[in-house]
Amino acid sequence: MSDVFPKWTNKLPLMVIVGGALVGGAMTMAVTHYVSPKYTRVGYQPIQPVSFSHAVHADQLGMDCRYCHNGVEKSWYSNVPSASTCMNCHNQVLKDDPRLALVRESYKTGKPIPWVQIHKLPDYVFFNHSVHVNRGVSCVECHGPVNKMDEVKHAKSLGMPFCLECHRDPEKRLRPLSEVYNLDWKAPEGTVPGEKFVHDWKVLPGDSCSVCHR
Amino acid sequence: MRYFLVIFILTSLGVFLIAGKQGDVSRKPPIEIFDDMVRQVKFRPQQPNRFFENERTSQLKVEGTVARGSAYEDSPVNTGKFGGGNTNFVSAIPIAVTGTLMTRGAERYAISCKVCHGALGDGNGVTKKFGMGVVGNLLDPVIVKQPDGQIFNTITHGRNLMNGYGANITIQDRWAIVAYVRALQRAQFATAADLPAELRK
Repeated sequence: MSDVFPKWTNKLPLMVIVGGALVGGAMTMAVTHYVSPKYTRVGYQPIQPVSFSHAVHADQLGMDCRYCHNGVEKSWYSNVPSASTCMNCHNQVLKDDPRLALVRESYKTGKPIPWVQIHKLPDYVFFNHSVHVNRGVSCVECHGPVNKMDEVKHAKSLGMPFCLECHRDPEKRLRPLSEVYNLDWKAPEGTVPGEKFVHDWKVLPGDSCSVCHR
Repeated sequence: MRYFLVIFILTSLGVFLIAGKQGDVSRKPPIEIFDDMVRQVKFRPQQPNRFFENERTSQLKVEGTVARGSAYEDSPVNTGKFGGGNTNFVSAIPIAVTGTLMTRGAERYAISCKVCHGALGDGNGVTKKFGMGVVGNLLDPVIVKQPDGQIFNTITHGRNLMNGYGANITIQDRWAIVAYVRALQRAQFATAADLPAELRK
């Protein structure tokens, strides 16, 4: 009488367990790595219509963020400057440079420059710039070191865990109001200046849904 | 089992090679699956919008209208001039000059004026090195003698090659800057008599 099952089937349970573990493990790893804004959004660096360098303007020239983004302290969104703001200097500096052709055209005709938005929250999130910058949250916390970027890149995930990390523990991220736009600022060694601000300004960011989702 | 392992490793490697890792630079916009809630049919500022002829969501105000809450009165605070047909500049800042206003002025000066006019107001801002030709020296006796209203007017509407900053700086902040410019001038032309007695030697 011959065997009903060939010999190798003895190893079948082991193969199923090992194979299942490998495939399952790899799938889990792939999902945690790829299905996250840390993968889908971070690193997004579109080619902009004008090759504007934040590194030159903010770092080398030392311009304040608010020279151009002048609505950020008063408004929920941080505005992109109008072409006339660029022309305050570029009517003399690099006056005929071909890289600035679009800016000059926009200044003359009023046609907007088609800047590509990089940091884009979902429409069901109601983020307010002014409340953050006026309570000691620096630009760098969410946008990364923009003052060192020649081309702006999406640096932080801006996913919900990212927001909650700070909302649940704001002390570590708050800084003196005079340093909010100083992206290179570091808290003095061994101090957490935010503790004082959380107390003095009664910072209660909250972590319930309705804080950000209305 | 051997074939399975080979296929498994090749597939994993393939996925990794194509998809890369977190933080890789990408020129293409992020993938959004099921984006109906993420990108809702609503207008956001400074976005393109084909509803309007000029294709903008943020519309400019209609010629001859006044936005709610914006300054429109022909008064010294709003224009730096006496108003009511009198186009002379007011000689003194028409709002209360306090310590808070001065601090605010210093901050606003650093944001909007310093790059060209310099921290001292002497016209030696950092932009000079980059081809900014003519920058006014705020310590020039001509400007020192100007009435406050005229400096306000220059900030609002510009002068010579300088563009107006009326759209970028609020009225209160413009007066704060005027106050700070006055402080810079006073500091520059200070004499020993301006010091309190105990500091004089």
